[in-house]
Parts: sequence; structure tokens; C-alpha cells
Amino acid sequence: MNKESRFHISKRKALPWYKAWAIRGAAIVLALIVCALITTLATGLNPLKVYGTMIQGALGTPRKVWTLMQNLAILLCISLAVTPAFRMRFWNIGAEGQVLISALACAACMILLGDKVPNAVLILIMIAASVAAGAIWAVIPAFFKAKFNTNETLFTLMMNYVATQLVAYFVIVWEVPKGAGKIGIINQSTQAGWLPQIGDYKYLLNILVVAVLTVLMYVYLNYTKHGYEIAVVGESERTARYVGIKVEKVIIRTLLLSGAVCGVAGLLLVGGTDHTVTTTIAGGRGFTAVMVSWLAKFNPIGMIFASLLLVFLGRGASEISTVYGLNNSFGDILTGVILFFIIGSEFFINYQLHFRVKAEKGGEANV
Amino acid sequence: MKKTLSILLALALVTALLVGCGSTTTTSTNTQTATTNTETTKTDDAKANLKVGFIFLHDENSTYDLNFLNAAKETCKAMGFSEDQFIYRTNIPEGQECYDTAAELVDAGCTIVFADSFGHEDFMIQAAKEFPNVQFCHATGTRAHTEGLSNYHNAFASIYEGRYLAGVAAGMKLNEMIEAGEFTAEEAKMGYVGAFTYAEVVSGYSSFFLGARSVCPTVTMEVTFTGSWYDETAEKEGANKLIANGCKLISQHADSMGAPTACETAGVPDVSYNGSTKDACPNTFIVSSRIDWAPYYQYVINAVLNGEEIPSDYTGTIGTGSVKLTEVNEQAAAAGTAEAIEAVKAELTAGTRHVYDVSTFTVGGEALSSYLADVDTDAAYTGDTEVVLDGYFHESEFRSAPYFDLQIDGITLLDTAF
Repeated sequence: MNKESRFHISKRKALPWYKAWAIRGAAIVLALIVCALITTLATGLNPLKVYGTMIQGALGTPRKVWTLMQNLAILLCISLAVTPAFRMRFWNIGAEGQVLISALACAACMILLGDKVPNAVLILIMIAASVAAGAIWAVIPAFFKAKFNTNETLFTLMMNYVATQLVAYFVIVWEVPKGAGKIGIINQSTQAGWLPQIGDYKYLLNILVVAVLTVLMYVYLNYTKHGYEIAVVGESERTARYVGIKVEKVIIRTLLLSGAVCGVAGLLLVGGTDHTVTTTIAGGRGFTAVMVSWLAKFNPIGMIFASLLLVFLGRGASEISTVYGLNNSFGDILTGVILFFIIGSEFFINYQLHFRVKAEKGGEANV
Repeated sequence: MKKTLSILLALALVTALLVGCGSTTTTSTNTQTATTNTETTKTDDAKANLKVGFIFLHDENSTYDLNFLNAAKETCKAMGFSEDQFIYRTNIPEGQECYDTAAELVDAGCTIVFADSFGHEDFMIQAAKEFPNVQFCHATGTRAHTEGLSNYHNAFASIYEGRYLAGVAAGMKLNEMIEAGEFTAEEAKMGYVGAFTYAEVVSGYSSFFLGARSVCPTVTMEVTFTGSWYDETAEKEGANKLIANGCKLISQHADSMGAPTACETAGVPDVSYNGSTKDACPNTFIVSSRIDWAPYYQYVINAVLNGEEIPSDYTGTIGTGSVKLTEVNEQAAAAGTAEAIEAVKAELTAGTRHVYDVSTFTVGGEALSSYLADVDTDAAYTGDTEVVLDGYFHESEFRSAPYFDLQIDGITLLDTAF
């Protein structure tokens, strides 16, 4: 009794949106101040100049803006893919593998059929193959979850390694020249299977496809029967069963969708931009997407901003490291600090701190 | 209280925005004044306006990229360029990022762009097609001579000669250990940690082996592959496996410190690559061969400044200063190693000795009289060019990147999965 803690924590009622955003804004400001301190102490550089360089690096030229948008589109696409599963409380961390396997399927079509079928047919086959590959990769763990209640987190994670090794194997099969361990750009001279370019804009097609997907996903999750079923299963499986939802069916259907959208990401990466496949083509975005989805609270529109933030930080950080000759890790440190504050701010949006200032009951004054 | 707090937060947000905008505008004006300054002070001198871009696969933590990075910095200094004329981009993967980076370097005003990793090639070609007025120079690539682009070039060096010299040092060390009674001449076995079964690696270990056998006739060699150009754990494990197999001396062709440190721990002599590893391995490091890229960088920059054509392939040699050996570590090497290397080097440069002299090796028990190498890269790996002429295999002459991919007798490959 005499050693009562100086504060206690309680759950907040929902905050009005402007207050929640004010807290997030404050968190970003604090993060920037901490980053500025770290920068000055560790490198002696002027932090404002460093932030300026970051913005330059991410948005400095039209080309940089396009590249940023392209990276944003791919990350957003994968984030959209994992979201329905998350809403259902199905912890799918296998997006990396689903993207990789569909990238492999897409590349296989380009290599094996590149000179055998007309281009339009080839592209249709590529779309079908990529989407199917991603969907199959996602539905395998879903099936085992639905039928045998296996742990989907471990299962989807393991599927990532299988996909990586499959890609590694086929890279050796299709390597050029022999022994190089690289496939290189596929059909560079004929451009067979390359998705069409809109005007002079290399990345516009990818961006448009993902924009459409974002709207569709928003509608699907919020305004359709399927979306509602997903939400109910996520809230409580028992309730779902009680109201007559076939939980197994919803799990499998949702993961088919998740995998298929990952397949689109793989298709856009291989057919749209890179025109090759490597074990690192997804580049960890399958995991970053998990963070994007959570940051945006599974809201597709919010995910646009969350992916923008992450892509911006990533591009800016690499610019800092080249311009000032710092190690790449420095940019990562700054990104880490900023993310820490943003994720931390969610705590203050959901919970309230009560300090024992006076003998005051249910103090509501503190943020 | 609630209200004041929200007002405070809103204020903080607004100031943050203002600060954010403020910083951008100041920096952009800074750079503007900087460029006008350089333009006015350094007048119409082409050299002063030249900008050179460099794309590196990793950063200075990789011995391979460090070797390129040092060459670039040395070139910058030696030719009297200011530091902001050389733009370095590190950690650029072998994918679309390489093209994006090349294009950004062009946007930044670069008229020469160098890339250092094999996998960058296709993306450099893509950029070369889009920017015909910029010279794209790619180290280790194979496609420049068949691509027909006047602004895309490959470069390599006759590093097999450097490997051969390093092999001489290895053979002498083995002889010394045999004489000291550490093992018999028949047990003289070397180990080699390679990355892939790629011609560049095959050419490297074969020339190293032939160099060693030129002084230690009973030597044999085992080779293991890691399937990665940079994988410290795999390289260390590979070296340890070879040592456990009874290899008395190790060399490597992969870019981390894995093999050298494994050797230092086990006390097994090591012939390194890409540069000296003496600091980390003072007791076991013998010598290292490396390619010095500075002569090529200077050659290209001078060609661009003088408006001269750059050949599609450039093969640096011992003569151009591109093939180098580090200083011999007296503590680990056999006595007289440095002198022996100099003597063989003189023969190689004079043309009286050839690394791949067909009288010094056999393939499948038979002497080699003819070989069609895959010089013009294609997906089916078809041999297209006769490379055995005048009694030796002509390496790096029909294109700069190595194409010696024969399995010569005396070398055992432990695994060929990669």
C-alpha cells in the first residue's frame, strides 16, 4: 500500500481521428529530433542538411519520384496481399515466398515460351502462371490450417525457404553464361513477355495496376459479404460458426486471394520491371509488408501512406550513406528510430497514462 | 488541459512541417550556388566538368568492392579531380536497381559510368541503349563485343597470370614444408574455395594450380564451391572442410575474409585474393594477387577527355600495371619467394612462358590440341572460337573476361552443384 506505483495504464476509448493523428505527428517530430541528435553526435553533420539530403535522395528528380512510386507500388501490392489474411487473424508471413514463387513461374514462362507463342498469348500465360503459383503457395498452409489446425506462422515461414531454394535451383539451370549463377535480363533483344510500357513511363503500368488493386481491395474488405465474413472469423471463430459461416472455406478462399495478389506482385516485378529472377528479387518486402499492413491497421488507403513512408525512408537513407560516405547501416539506424516512435505512438493512442499527481480520481488530463 | 495539449501538438506538427520545408529549400539553394561557383571558377575546361559515376555491388566490407573503390579513389587523386566529380553508389543489387542507379548517375551529369559486378551487365546494357552519349564501362562482363553498342564496354585483366605467380609462391611453400619433413611430396595437396563453376573461377584455380606445379611437380588440388560470391560462413566452412581433408595450403576465389581467417585459426598457409589479408592473418598470409583497376579507369577517362574511341574489350596485363601481387609476407612465405616471382614474371611478360602451355597439362589424360571456347555468350553455351593456337590456350584475348573452363588433370572438384 505504501509503495503504490506512480502511474498506471488504462485502455482509452476511441480517440477522435484528429487527436490520434496529432499524437502520431508528435511522435514523428520527436523521432526527427532524436535522429538529429544521433546524427550530430555520431557524425558531426548538420541534421537539417542530412534531412534535406534524404528528401533530395527520395524525390530530387522526376526519375527518383518515378522509382519511388514504383517501389511504393510493389510494397503496397504485397501489403494488400497479406491484409485479408491478417484481418482474419491468420498470420501469413509467407508473402516473400509467394512473391518469389510467382516471379519464378513468370520467368519460366518467359524463358521457355519466349520464342514459341505470340507475345499477347505469352503475357496471358504469364499472368495465369504467376497468379496461380502465388495462390497455390498460399493455399497449402491454409489447407493444413483449416483441416488440421497447424500453426500457420511457422508453415508460411517455412514455405519462404522452399521458394528461395527453388529459385536458387532454377537460376543455376537457366544461368547464362555457364557457371555464372545469374539469369540476366530475359529476352533482352526480343522483349518477349515484357509487359507493355505506357508511353515513355517505364513504371506507370505497375503503378496503375496497384492503384486499381488498392481500390478493389478496399471495397472487398469493407463492402462485400466476403469481407464481412473475414472480419467475423477474425473476431471470433466460434461466433462465425454460430452464425453459419464455413470457417474452413473462408480461410482457404482468403488465402487463395492473398496468394493471388502476391502473384500479381511477382508478375509486375519480373514481367514489368526487372525482367529477370533472383533469390533476392522480393528483397524482404514480403516482411516489410507485414509492418505496412499493421501500421495502417489493415486499411488499404492507410497502407498507401505507410508504404510511402517506408519507401521514402529507405531511399532517403541510402542517399545519406552515399552522399556523406557513411555506412549503409547509418540510414538503417535512422529508419529504425523513426519506426520505433511511430509504432510506439500507437500505444498512446490506445492507452492512457494516469500519474498520481494528487488524490485525483480517474485523471483524464494526461496524454 | 485536453485542449491546451491538442493545441500544443498541433503547433508541434506545424513547426515540424515548416522545418521540413525550410531544410529542403536551403539545401537546394546551397547546391545551386555550389554548381554556379564551380562553373565560374573552373572555366571551359572539359576535365573540370567531367563527372564519373561508379556502381558497386557491396561496400568496403567486401574485399572485391574495396579493391574497386580504392582504385577509383586513387584515380581521382592521381588525375587531379575534385572529390565531388566522382560519385560512388554502393550496395547496388544486380537487378533493376542497377539500371535505376545508372540512369540517376546520368541525371546527375555523369558521362562515364562504371559498374563492378558481373550481374550488373544486362542492366548496364539497358542503360547504354537509352543514353547513347554516356560511356558505360562494365568490369567482368562478356557481352560488349557481340552487342554492337559504341558506348558499352567490357574490361578485365589477365589475372590468370597473377594467379600463376601466386601459385609459384604456393608451390615453394609446399616444397619448404616437404623439406622440413612435415609431410611427403605425395601428400602435397592444396585446397581452393571457389564461388561458382564459372569460367572466371575455373581459369583462376587452374592457373594457380599450374603455377604451383611448375615448382612442386607432385602437387594435387581439391576445389569446393560456395554458390555465392560473398558468403563468409560458407567460405570459412569450405576452407575448414579442405583442411580436414588434408590440404596443406589454401587459396580462394570468393570475396569475404572467410577462408583467410579459417586458415589463420588452423595455422594453414593461405594465398589470398583481391588484396593483402596480412593484417588479419599475419602468420599464414603468403601473398595475394589482385586486379588493379586504376589503369583502366584512367585509360577510359583520358579516352573520353580526348574524344577517342574506347574498345569493346580491354584486358589489363602485368605490363599495363593491372595485374598486381601484394608484397610477400616473409613470415609465412618460403625463402626466396619474391625473387622467384620476379623471375617468372619476367618470362611471362617476355612471352617465353605461357600459363596455359598445352605441354604442361592434360585433360582427361590427353594433351589438348584444339578447343572451341564459348566466347560469344549464348544460352546453350555453344563453343564458337578456336583458342588453342601456337601451343598454348589463348586466355582473355578474344574477349576480356576469362573463358578457360576445362577440367585439367590433378584437380579434383569436390562438388559442382553451383
